[in-house]
Amino acid sequence: MKSKALKPEEHFITEEPYYQPIGDEIRVFESAYKQQLPVLLKGPTGCGKTRFMEHMAWRLKRPLITVSCHDDLTASDLVGRFLITSGETTWIDGPLASAVRHGAICYLDEIVEARKDTTVVIHPLADDRRILPMEKVGELLEATPEFCLAISYNPGYQSVMKDLKQSTRQRFVALEFDYPGANLEAEIVMKEAAIDAATATQLVKFAHMTRDLKGSGLDEGASTRLLVHAAKLMHDDISPVVACQTAIAQAITDDHDMLVAMNELSSSLF
Amino acid sequence: MTRPTLGKQQIIAFMDECLEVEFSFVKNEIPAESVSCLPRQQQDFILNLVKRVADTNIELAYQFACGAVYALESMDQRMVEEWAMTAADYYDRKGLFPAMSVIRDLDNFINTAHERAHGSVLEDEIGVLLPFVRGLSGRKLKLEAAEDIYTDTETIFLPPVMALFSDEKQNFLLYKAMVAHHWAQIQFGTFRANLTQLAEDQLVKFCSLETIRLDACIQRDLPGLHRQMRSLQSHFDDPLNSDRYEELAGTLSATEATVQTTIDLLDRVPYEQCPGTFIYQGSIKPQAVAATMAKRVFREKALFRVALSEMGEELTAANEDSGHVERKPAKFKIRDRTDQDSIGNATIQLEFEGSLVAPPQHVKELISSIIVDFGDIPPEYLVAAGPGEYDMTVSDRTMSPNDVWKGTYHEEGAQLYNEWNYKRQHYHKNWCVLREMEVEPVYDSFVDDTLAKYSRLLKSLRNTFEYMRGEDKLLKKQPHGDDIDIDALVETYADVKSGMEMSNRVFTKMHKEERNVAVIFMVDMSGSTKGWINKAERESLVLLAEVLEILQDRYAIYGFSGMTRKRCELFKIKAFDDPYDAEIKARISNIQPQDYTRMGVFIRHVIRHFSEVEASTKLLITLSDGKPDDYDTYRGEYGVEDTRQALFEARRDGIHSFCITIDEEARDYLPHMYGAANYTVIDNVTALPVKVSDIYRRLTT
Ligand SMILES: Nc1ncnc2c1ncn2[C@@H]1O[C@H](COP(=O)(O)OP(=O)(O)OP(=O)(O)O)[C@@H](O)[C@H]1O
Ligand SMILES: [Mg+2]
Repeated sequence: MKSKALKPEEHFITEEPYYQPIGDEIRVFESAYKQQLPVLLKGPTGCGKTRFMEHMAWRLKRPLITVSCHDDLTASDLVGRFLITSGETTWIDGPLASAVRHGAICYLDEIVEARKDTTVVIHPLADDRRILPMEKVGELLEATPEFCLAISYNPGYQSVMKDLKQSTRQRFVALEFDYPGANLEAEIVMKEAAIDAATATQLVKFAHMTRDLKGSGLDEGASTRLLVHAAKLMHDDISPVVACQTAIAQAITDDHDMLVAMNELSSSLF
Repeated sequence: MTRPTLGKQQIIAFMDECLEVEFSFVKNEIPAESVSCLPRQQQDFILNLVKRVADTNIELAYQFACGAVYALESMDQRMVEEWAMTAADYYDRKGLFPAMSVIRDLDNFINTAHERAHGSVLEDEIGVLLPFVRGLSGRKLKLEAAEDIYTDTETIFLPPVMALFSDEKQNFLLYKAMVAHHWAQIQFGTFRANLTQLAEDQLVKFCSLETIRLDACIQRDLPGLHRQMRSLQSHFDDPLNSDRYEELAGTLSATEATVQTTIDLLDRVPYEQCPGTFIYQGSIKPQAVAATMAKRVFREKALFRVALSEMGEELTAANEDSGHVERKPAKFKIRDRTDQDSIGNATIQLEFEGSLVAPPQHVKELISSIIVDFGDIPPEYLVAAGPGEYDMTVSDRTMSPNDVWKGTYHEEGAQLYNEWNYKRQHYHKNWCVLREMEVEPVYDSFVDDTLAKYSRLLKSLRNTFEYMRGEDKLLKKQPHGDDIDIDALVETYADVKSGMEMSNRVFTKMHKEERNVAVIFMVDMSGSTKGWINKAERESLVLLAEVLEILQDRYAIYGFSGMTRKRCELFKIKAFDDPYDAEIKARISNIQPQDYTRMGVFIRHVIRHFSEVEASTKLLITLSDGKPDDYDTYRGEYGVEDTRQALFEARRDGIHSFCITIDEEARDYLPHMYGAANYTVIDNVTALPVKVSDIYRRLTT
């Protein structure tokens, strides 16, 4: 069996990922990177955080290692563990250690989902020490200037069980993401799904309608991601009303009245 | 086996009990007489309804009992039940008198039964129509039933039943068209002209002509809706069958046409050449519009300018170091809208001392409401309010602490709390006198009835919460356990190989996840909750208690109300340590509306309660129907700011706060008090019991 160690060199992004800047986030990120400050991306789901990271990795010409956090993620999942190959033990770096070693960008997605004790291992990496203690192998990995730590977090999420600790969040430069303005968002939808401007505009209008309903029956409005999904269906000749219903409305809620209302809204638009 | 028919005496006994004859003195002989002649099944049917209506109102139930037999002769049971429930519903929403008239006017009910059967009932459609109209941009509108179809610029009035078409779907679409048309009046500036000056016949012409203009606006923005409206109209005479249609439509449909275009046409188009009536156009009531607008314009201007001055203060505070800063009125500007938004939304960009500022959500909504009225933000709005210009609180004259304290200060059993005065930016020490009171238990069938009413919902709630509790967690690396943790074993083996100590933590163990949650529910018992809201609150508590028992989370329930700072009363319904037993149920049943809501003091008190429990998650959930509001100075801004301050204090102590409210206007102030993610507004009171446990689930997973 070949070892499954992660190869950072395979994580270079060679083609420019399309990213439409909303504000000065690119400049701020570049500056934080230069100053070796870790970055926290805040924002609702599907507003382009992951895409932004891909774009920045490409821009900075560093490999991007993404870890989606979940409640079973242990510290060794990040740092690494010993494995046995033909009677010998070999140490295998976890994604975080690997990123530190190779000066990659490590992106911990949805950090609040990770167990509290796991979150702590990033603390020494995220302050000016920039080290990763690896107790198992008795090594202190020191990050090179190229290494960068970024985490993401969705503050709109209401669960009180999942709040980012102050001691964690106060280590990061925080970039706030939100859905782009109407014109920009229409442009993103057009580019991503190859549909015409008029349709994209109507879709964005629909998104705004659902976002206006946030708090009066909806927990969340339609994200940019869902718009892109609907646009892709429409590009493939699914009727707009059906596309909105399946790709957007059903994805947001199960409430019957709200689904009907959203159907009425989309059938008004198209 | 058929059960024997009830005799007259038995029926009287039954009715005496549910109509509380000792207090109400109604004469049950008369209805009992007629009911006694029916077969048993019908007797049961009627008596059951009598009891259900009696839960709402005794007098109403008595009237129903008197008319029930006659009703059964003319309608089937389903309709009779609807008749009774319609009356009970009227009682809840409009009061006894209208409810009685539903019962008395049985013939009318029967006559309109056909309409209700095929028609579309506003009540049933509002769950869809309301989110529909709120999804359309602009001001957050309300919908209400009324005889006439019109809007006062804040509420759209619609007929309670729509039966123009024989098909329900079409009737619904007509509702939708009416909603959209009146929304368009507001959104596309029909009321930016002063219509009070128009003579009666001018107004009629205006109505039709303006409809053409608005239709064109709708066609541009919502083409699908426009098609639906045309197709509805096509079943009737086409109002556009006028000789001058081409010319009129051309002028009115132009992109640059405004309400002035319509008004200019009034004198040039004689009555006969005007288009006819569109089925969705309703009427225009210039007086109602003017009255509502005048009030709103004043209120919004004040709110906006005060908001600006607050934003200005915050921005200056952030820009300059502390120390004395010379106060000058904040200067705001609207940035030129070069990049016109394709949505045509209110994308006003506010500028403060040269840089763009992002207004908070409630100010954004204010802005879009103002723009709907004026098409822009009028320049005089941009002057931030000066100190004291709008007195949002009542004067501070009564607030000299010493003399007001006489008499109450040392009263036994009372606890004293500070209150935040935002104008002075300091605390009034020992300002509020709080007493914990008990709710007397009332042993009735309320809890059982609620459980029965929601039995289906409860079943699914139980399942979900059971699942939450039973969320088994596979603990890894345990010293003992049911299974071997392969990962850990390999790791240990590797550790040993590389010369390290061998760990004994190589097992996995199934474990129910420890929930360590303590939650306090604070229920608004202010006078304004009387009726539906109070009932919905109590029902919510019953359902909640059921699920919390499953989760075994620790919980306490308090009701709050009071009058002035000297009499703040917290009603204990259940303390953390009380078991949920018959007595607690009986107390829930007896939660009664009292006086006012002075929120801050209760939050501070609850913080004390929380400090006595160990829990990793502390949660304070408030159920309320509106803004903090008390008899004295605890109004508007003052109450909101004190509550906000108290919530800060709670957060400092590690308590998460969440607010569930039924207040339509809550969106203005809740984000400010609780933060954007920590509140929910429920539009529909009846949905409250269903929503509350759902929210709780979301908050704690
Ligand atoms: N600024 C943007 N430029 C280009 N594409 C964008 C932009 N914003 C959103 N998108 C589109 O939205 C989709 C979803 O974005 P992305 O996956 O980055 O969301 P996210 O913020 O990471 O969401 P989550 O929090 O759920 O992981 C992208 O695949 C892309 O199509
Ligand atoms: Mg992502």
